[in-house]
Amino acid sequence: MLTCKDFLKELSDYLDEATDRELRAKLEQHITECPNCWVITDTTRKTIKIYKGMEPYPIPSDVESRLMRALEKKMAAKGH
Amino acid sequence: MAVSSLTGIDESALVAQARENDTRAFAELVRRYESKIFRLAQHITQNREDAEDVLQETFLKAYEHLDQFQGQSKFYTWIVRIAVNQALMKLRRRKSDKSVSLDESIDTGEDTVTREIAAWDEDPEQRYSREELGGLLDSAVQSLAPPYRSVFVLRDIDDLSTEETAEALGLSVPAVKSRLLRARLQLREKLTRTFKRKGDDAFAYL
Repeated sequence: MLTCKDFLKELSDYLDEATDRELRAKLEQHITECPNCWVITDTTRKTIKIYKGMEPYPIPSDVESRLMRALEKKMAAKGH
Repeated sequence: MAVSSLTGIDESALVAQARENDTRAFAELVRRYESKIFRLAQHITQNREDAEDVLQETFLKAYEHLDQFQGQSKFYTWIVRIAVNQALMKLRRRKSDKSVSLDESIDTGEDTVTREIAAWDEDPEQRYSREELGGLLDSAVQSLAPPYRSVFVLRDIDDLSTEETAEALGLSVPAVKSRLLRARLQLREKLTRTFKRKGDDAFAYL
C-alpha cells in the first residue's frame, strides 16, 4: 500500500509520464482512494499547464540596443 | 540589425552560418533567445542591472567561444549554461562574504508542503487580465528559493527536458527531479490560495 508521502515523491514523474507501468498503476490506484492526493495531483497538473510556454516579456528596448551595440563592437573586433 | 530573412531558418543552420563569421546569423540567434536569457538572468540575480550585465556577457562569450560549441546539445542549452555561470558570478561578487551556488544546501524534501488542499475553479485564469495573471505567476516564481527557481523556469516554462536542465545547470538528473517536484508543489500551494473554488476553503490558511 502506498502512503500519501510515497505518492507525493512520485508525483512529478507521474505527471511527466516518466514512471514505469507498474508504479503508474499503483499511483493511479492511490488517487482513486485518496481525495486529497487526487486534488493535489489535479491542481499540480494545472499549475504546470498554466506556466508552460509562458512567453517572456519582450526585452526592454534600451537593454536590447545596448546589447546589440556591445555585440557589434565585439564582431567588428573579431572580424579584423 | 535587420534579420527578417533569417527568422524561419533552422537553429543548427544558423549556428553553422554564425561559425562562418556570419554576423547576421548570430544576431538572429541572439534575437531568438535574448528575452528568455534575460528572464532567466532576472530570476537568478533578482536584480535588473545584474541581469542586463549577464545578458550581455552571455552573448559576448557565446560569440567569442562559438567554435567550442560542439553541436551535441541544443544551442539554447549551451547559452543557458553560460548565462547561469555568469549570473552565479554576479551573485558571488555581490555577496562576497559567502559563496553562492545552485548547489547550496537546501532542505531535503521531507517537508514537502501540501497544506492547501482545495479544488480550483474551472479556468481560474479567465478571472484575470493577461497582465494580472502574468504578474501573479511571476511573483509566485520569484518567491521560490533560487535552486528551485532556475530548475522550474528551465524545465516547466522553457520546456527543456530533465536531462537538458541538468546539463544547463550543472546538476545531476536526480537533483533536477527533486527540485522540480518541490518547486511544483510550492507553486501549487501558492496558486491554490488564489485560484481555489469559492466555498472550498475549509482548510485554507492553517
